[in-house]
Amino acid sequence: MNHVLSVAGATKKFGGLVAVNEVSFDINEGELIGLIGPNGSGKTTLLNLISGALKPTSGNISLNGALISGQPAHKIARQGISRTFQLVKVLPGLTARENVIAGAVFGHTHVWGDEAEELAESLLEKVGLSDRGDSPTGAMTYIDQKRLELARALAGNPSVLLLDEWLAGLNPSELKIGISLIRDLRNEGLTIIMVEHVMDAIRSLCDRCVVMSSGVKIADGEVNQVLADPEVVRAYLGDADA
Amino acid sequence: MSLPTTREWQIAVGGLIVLIGVALVPFFGSGYVLSLTVNIAMYTVLCTAWAMFSGPTHYISLATAAFFGIGTYAVGLGLETLPFPVLVLVAGACAAALAAVVGIATLRLSGVYFVIFTLGLAELVKQVVTWWQTNFTTSVGLYVFTDFREQHILWMLLGLAALVFITSWAISRSKLGFAMRIIGNDETVAKHVGIDTARAKVLLFVISGAFIGMVGAILAPRFAYVEPPSAFNTMISFQVVIMALLGGTNRIWGPLVGVIPFTILMDQMTAYFPNHTPIVIGLAFLAIVYVLPHGVTGLMADLGKLRKRFKLVAANAGEGA
Amino acid sequence: MSIIITGLLLGGAYALIAVGLTLQYGVARIMNLANGENLVLACFCTFWLFSTLAINPILGILIVAPAAFALNWAIYSYALRPLVKRARTRGALEVDSILATFGLLFVFQGVMILTFGGGYYSYNFLRVPFAIFGENYALNRVVAFGAAVAVAIALYVFLYRTRYGTAIRAVAVSPESAQLVAINVPRTSAFAFALGGGLTAAAGALLSTFYTFDASMGVIFTMKALIIVIMGGVGDVRGAVLAALLIGLTETAVSSLIDPGLTVAANYALFMLVLLVRPQGIFGRSNA
Repeated sequence: MNHVLSVAGATKKFGGLVAVNEVSFDINEGELIGLIGPNGSGKTTLLNLISGALKPTSGNISLNGALISGQPAHKIARQGISRTFQLVKVLPGLTARENVIAGAVFGHTHVWGDEAEELAESLLEKVGLSDRGDSPTGAMTYIDQKRLELARALAGNPSVLLLDEWLAGLNPSELKIGISLIRDLRNEGLTIIMVEHVMDAIRSLCDRCVVMSSGVKIADGEVNQVLADPEVVRAYLGDADA
Repeated sequence: MSLPTTREWQIAVGGLIVLIGVALVPFFGSGYVLSLTVNIAMYTVLCTAWAMFSGPTHYISLATAAFFGIGTYAVGLGLETLPFPVLVLVAGACAAALAAVVGIATLRLSGVYFVIFTLGLAELVKQVVTWWQTNFTTSVGLYVFTDFREQHILWMLLGLAALVFITSWAISRSKLGFAMRIIGNDETVAKHVGIDTARAKVLLFVISGAFIGMVGAILAPRFAYVEPPSAFNTMISFQVVIMALLGGTNRIWGPLVGVIPFTILMDQMTAYFPNHTPIVIGLAFLAIVYVLPHGVTGLMADLGKLRKRFKLVAANAGEGA
Repeated sequence: MSIIITGLLLGGAYALIAVGLTLQYGVARIMNLANGENLVLACFCTFWLFSTLAINPILGILIVAPAAFALNWAIYSYALRPLVKRARTRGALEVDSILATFGLLFVFQGVMILTFGGGYYSYNFLRVPFAIFGENYALNRVVAFGAAVAVAIALYVFLYRTRYGTAIRAVAVSPESAQLVAINVPRTSAFAFALGGGLTAAAGALLSTFYTFDASMGVIFTMKALIIVIMGGVGDVRGAVLAALLIGLTETAVSSLIDPGLTVAANYALFMLVLLVRPQGIFGRSNA
């Protein structure tokens, strides 16, 4: 099997608190994995370990067989990991087009000038923001900012795309658009890890699910099977006698 | 990279005409007018070089006096052995080296650490230079005897000004400039799109420091006798911050708008009310924070936007009617 | 031995200044670069009280410190609070507060130069020898150190043993969470800022008894205090005290063993070392 991303025994401690505890899993090319779990279970921390925002206390993470854990975020980005943020982060002083170009210049892809503009134009169209390239981004609606952030992440032509609650906060009709957008990406063969609370999205999109609770991986497998697992139900709803 | 736009050509030609015009000042004015012109030219280069780094990063550098003083000392020490133009380059290199050391130590950290460090940097270098001169050389000062007069200094400064504007413009169109804009907007995003933020900041600080060092070198002949307290004058650092921010750092020529009035004001103040200068500097800082947070050019841009919006509203109202 | 004791005696006053600054930065989130001017102003006021009204400088603290408390409260509420309100990010507030307090620094300095002139001041108070371990030290230094320790203990008891002190420490850790447990954050911030100013003024009053001062020396003290605060870890009172004593020792050692002109350079060497090795401060916990 050819694993795109391997997480082996990843651990992150904050002082005495163990936020991520010995988590291991592998992802194959073209898989879309849902990373789920109750609030505070360590999902975003794990994503931060993969993207290099945080350094793991111990454990290894490798991309296409090469060790990336412990490297600074910009080096990891250059090797092909792109991400979006839980609290959407657009660059307010730049136009929409420049926001997308930002993802294509310094990272996994190195384009500049006309080539970058063309790439940005095509990605804006893909996420549904065609003709919005010159818009100032500070005044965009929430879903448009999320679309823009996705376009910026895609501009790096990532080997693995990390989506941190990308669907959170969208209304039902926006959610439909968002889900179909991610489905398109998967159908193109992109490898994706999505941290998500929207269960409908997980059910309809993911091949596989990794469930975390209190920093530990408690389940890993096919979505419906995992969601029926008594331990997963307990993690979400608490013990029957609690 | 695309070619300069028509508007940029217009600005370049306009700038060149102004530069030539200023270069002719020595033939018409002398004494006070000439020395004021030299001051303005000096602060123009200093502020533009300062804004090159501090504008996009929002790190407030007070290292100007240290870089300037190093440049002055490089000339004082090397005048016997090397030709002046080489010394100017050496001065730039020395200031750049200092900038690299300071940058590597402090630019990974938050802005406050950087301000504090640069605040004392001139004092630190001054103490080390004074200590070294009193213990290892015969006198505390250095003589700088050259054939340069005010007009020569002015012409050299104008040449450097052209260079600093061109460099600023080239950086703003380069990948480095784009990276700085992203860093200024959101450093976390910058890291995650693959920018080595620490390296980019240090690089820009080094370029900016080199220019400031060269200004110090060019100004050295004006001192005739270089002493640590005059070469490492902390007030230069503060004045540069004020002038650059008063003008605004969102345009390459923005600092210039602050330089001209404030240089004249400070010149008058030191001549007639020397004891009141700290108060004026203090009030200028307060004015920047409370009245002109984006500088004069920022204010003009805001007004422009407001007018556009007003026109748009008026047009829409017209359509509706 | 004499270096160690002189260094410690000097460190006592430094500790108060640094603790004042760390309260202002750690709790009120304002990097107050005008803190040194606050100190110098206190020196002048103590001197004026002593020379015109013959008020003992140690008792003078009881006048100078509350006055500084009120002044700093006003500065925070009228000048700095608006900046806190308009700031969209912590970074924006940082830049604004640095520039604004630079403004205050120069305005205060200018006013003091106009009022007292640019000359050096000192006065005679308890300038008699006092023996420690068989060597003589000026009594005013020893008394100043004792008073600094007393103020520091009082502060410690206040911060760690009273309700209001706990509220201040809560705001230092997280203003958002403090709000949730019904702490009035703006008021607590103003109080901490004022308290920081009061402590610095107390340090100024003590310093004036043995130190020659002038209207433009504030910046140097702000710088020393900032170095101490960063070395000790921002918002960490114990760290600040330890770092202050360390700086006092280094300064005294360098000026008596190498050259008095190199004290700033020595402080910087220490500062650089801390930044490179432990940027989170001596006691600071790494949070990355």
